[in-house]
Amino acid sequence: MSRRYDSRTTIFSPEGRLYQVEYAQEAISQAGTAIGILTTEGVVLACEKKITSKLLDNDGTAEKLYIINDSMIAAVAGMTSDASILVNNARVYGQQYLKTYNESVPCEMLIKKICDIKQGYTQHGGLRPFGVSFIYAGYDDRYEFQLFTSNPSGNYSGWKATSIGANNSAAQTLLKKDYKDDLTLKQGCELAIKILSKTMDSSNLNSEKVEFATLSKGKDGKIIRKIWSDKDIDLLIKETGVLDAKDDE
Amino acid sequence: MDVVLGIRLKDCTLIATSKSVTRGISVLKEDDDKTRILNEHNLIAFTGEAGDTVQFAEYIQANIQLYSMRENDIELSPKATASFVRNQLATSLRTRKPYQVNVLIGGFDTKTGKPTLNYIDYIGTQAILPYAAHGYAAFYCMSLLDKHYRPEMELNDGLKLLEMSIKELQTRMPMDFKGVIVKVIDKEGIRKIDV
Repeated sequence: MSRRYDSRTTIFSPEGRLYQVEYAQEAISQAGTAIGILTTEGVVLACEKKITSKLLDNDGTAEKLYIINDSMIAAVAGMTSDASILVNNARVYGQQYLKTYNESVPCEMLIKKICDIKQGYTQHGGLRPFGVSFIYAGYDDRYEFQLFTSNPSGNYSGWKATSIGANNSAAQTLLKKDYKDDLTLKQGCELAIKILSKTMDSSNLNSEKVEFATLSKGKDGKIIRKIWSDKDIDLLIKETGVLDAKDDE
Repeated sequence: MDVVLGIRLKDCTLIATSKSVTRGISVLKEDDDKTRILNEHNLIAFTGEAGDTVQFAEYIQANIQLYSMRENDIELSPKATASFVRNQLATSLRTRKPYQVNVLIGGFDTKTGKPTLNYIDYIGTQAILPYAAHGYAAFYCMSLLDKHYRPEMELNDGLKLLEMSIKELQTRMPMDFKGVIVKVIDKEGIRKIDV
């Protein structure tokens, strides 16, 4: 019965649902987990890399973390190819805003812009919606550090800590339990690693399976966007001691 | 031969514009206001081709207000406002019929708590200045302002300096510009001052 309402993205089912949008969201909940944590000193983004092969020739650049502009990073869950279209749009808009106003674009304004594009595909065209959710880490002088998510329907929301992708409800529960308002950036990083180690399938966590980024403020007040190197990630994993804890069990 | 003058003081910016509207040898109006309020802390004063001026200023006004409507009543900073206006003029310059409008933007930055004065001409030159004027007024006033301006001046001193400038213009300019409207932009917002 519902098949009749599946094919077009723009048609409501008799129960008032948009199946294609829901399927897109379902596709994302199979993708690698991404989590974001807002701390007093900055924002932490951590992603699980799903496909790892010995033969994969990786040049060291992150696959699921994108720098949007001087003060924003986005983490992706879902179809990377769809994401790169939206990321490109976001980058162009960011530079356009900078050109007209000589100021960095406010985070929410840029996110709203991207969500408007996503929403468009749920209403007209008969094409498929974008199969991506984002976690955005951003800074602007209106609301300082911020954390947002957006999904294929074109909705977005702000969070203190959140997750998207596979096992996101498990990650969310853990975040709810361990999140504190006065977290430092270091504690935020450790919490992110801890949660990833619990939600990921594989037993031994290492830099091959994780991507990591932080947004923080330097001494000179400049915003530092850091996508972590493998070495730094391994060091953090070691320091956090999640591997040792596993051995005890 | 409009007069458009701006002076940035210690904690406010003064904008003075002449009240006369002339066309050829006739004075058409003597209580004209050559300014538009963009938002609570930004004022645009304009001079240039008749028709273009008001059209351009009101177009800018509408766009600045639209921004605040879309952004939950957050107002655009003086710097962003000036950059936007400059961008519009620079874009217009590269069309078949560019706006021939020169403007001053007096603002108060609520974030830094500092008053600002922006000079922008129709070619798209933008400069943040302590004092500025467009047109013939600039020729007569600059030397005066150069000599007497102090960055730490209060509103009263500023008004005195403005009075001197206007007096100079009245004695030197060949026509009567029917006096000026003076507006102040400070942390309280924008208000008119009787002179």
